Amino acid sequence: MQVEVENQGNISFMGARKNTLKLAAILKLAKTVPAYLALTVAALFALFPFIWMVSTSLKLPGEVLSASPVLLPTNPTLNAYVTISEAFPIWRILFNSVLVAGLTTALQLLFSAMAAFAFARINFRGRSALFVVYLATLMIPSQVTITPLFILMTGLGWVNTYQGLILPGAFSAFGVFLLRQSFLSFPKEYEEAASLEGASYWTVFRRLVLPLSGPALATLVVLSFMSAWNSFLWPLFVTRDADIMTLPVALATLQGRWTTQWNLVMAGAVLAVLPIITLYLLAQRYFVEGLTSGGLKG
Amino acid sequence: MPIVSSNKVGEKAWTRRLWAAFFLGPHLLGMLAFLIIPIAASLVLSFSTWDLLTPARWVGLDNYAALLNSPDFWDALKHTFYFIAGYLPLVLVLGLGLALLMNQKLRGRIFFRAAFFMPVVSAWVAVARLWKWLLNPRYGLVNWLLGLVGIEGPGWIFDPNWAIPSIILASVWKDLGFVMVLLLTGLQSISPEFYEAASLDGAASWRKLVYITLPLLSPTIFFVVVISLVNSFQVFDQVYVMTAGGPAGSSQVLVGEIVNNAFSYSRFGYASALSWVLFGLIFLVTLVQLGLQKRMVHYQ
Repeated sequence: MQVEVENQGNISFMGARKNTLKLAAILKLAKTVPAYLALTVAALFALFPFIWMVSTSLKLPGEVLSASPVLLPTNPTLNAYVTISEAFPIWRILFNSVLVAGLTTALQLLFSAMAAFAFARINFRGRSALFVVYLATLMIPSQVTITPLFILMTGLGWVNTYQGLILPGAFSAFGVFLLRQSFLSFPKEYEEAASLEGASYWTVFRRLVLPLSGPALATLVVLSFMSAWNSFLWPLFVTRDADIMTLPVALATLQGRWTTQWNLVMAGAVLAVLPIITLYLLAQRYFVEGLTSGGLKG
Repeated sequence: MPIVSSNKVGEKAWTRRLWAAFFLGPHLLGMLAFLIIPIAASLVLSFSTWDLLTPARWVGLDNYAALLNSPDFWDALKHTFYFIAGYLPLVLVLGLGLALLMNQKLRGRIFFRAAFFMPVVSAWVAVARLWKWLLNPRYGLVNWLLGLVGIEGPGWIFDPNWAIPSIILASVWKDLGFVMVLLLTGLQSISPEFYEAASLDGAASWRKLVYITLPLLSPTIFFVVVISLVNSFQVFDQVYVMTAGGPAGSSQVLVGEIVNNAFSYSRFGYASALSWVLFGLIFLVTLVQLGLQKRMVHYQ
């Protein structure tokens, strides 16, 4: 549609032809108006709650509980954020979230890539059988393991520790499956050439396979970071003190303290979603690709 | 899936095995400790009683029998199905509508996609908090907006009849972008030739939708239904934050039952049995769907 309109200036048409083209362009535009309208309404439905969340977090308590709500706070204030940071070790909690999500992702990436390489490129006995076991674990919902895991953590004395928060989330068949598919997709000839020159498996992995798998690795990074950052059920089980809590768990306990102080609760919600939304906007492609390729919501 | 491997000239089997152990070892250890052994333990646990304080005792199928006789279990199952019955059609139809709109190669698609996906990447806890506020009966935005058009909004999460609809509303809002993107990927893989042929025949656009798009999209739709169903059987985060299963147990779901029994009552055996029933349900539904898929899905 745009092309036709832009071309009119460059190519000289007969007047009548010009008019029909213009008419066609207008008709096409008219056809897109309902689509734009519908999309805009849907986008508002998706975005407005976020805007309301930020707006509420900047209001004074009196303005929050008002019979006729206003979109923009009359006296925008960061009081809610200050109150939260005084009542909660908010920087510590933010640090915990970054540490837990970061380490989970790093471990997930390193060990999954190595395991995927073994499954894709090293011929060893029992490989297929083991891979079937890996695939089978993908079908089991995480609630099945949560009780024995909690008992295990209690036995190890890992309740309320970083290792208890991080390690159970660092191993999944999903990452191995995703990377194996990618490793299988590039030609074997590269590797054969490398091994003829005497390169070890480690060199092939490090110098050849990893550099060629950028997009798949990025997808896994994004997915594991997001699911670790948003994870709720396991951190809720395994943390007790605010010093070790991640943001979602802290946010869940926040409500208990201030049931009706919505500006405080919304400020906490803003803190919990801001980092991941920023990351998402910076790496949109990998988020969308990753989530659709896995069919997982983290 | 061809399984290929590099067999170096003169490479010994045992060196290869050592390399395999080196690459696979760390991950396999983690899988065993945190996934495979816990899965096995959970199965054993589901046939025992254990509260961590007194020694574990083998009780056979007692937990499963207790579960089938427990009204709480049936209520949780009913609520889970109620949630699915409301959530799945809504998110599917709205997601399909959005995907069809987004497939029109309009300008600004990137912006719209970014907007629809923002709820998807956000933590449920934060988003559930947000909806609890939006649905606040007295000061919430939703009831205020309803008031503008002369409707007196319900008590939402404070009303036993509206608690699950509230959770459905928030869940549809959060997952809409995800379902839309999945369906859009499917739409984009339909060959344009099908539409060209239909245009020559002068088919109206709704006929194209019914006779071309939907049949050709059916593999994707089935995929979306399967994963949405698997995910909705495990609905928990939003329920825990928004209603905690209330009011008066009116929105307690299966995972909520598992968590309560393990976390609050230390009935670890019973909780494990519940989680295996959940797995059985998910497995069963997946099987049924795979069977249906063979009969109903059309491929290009």
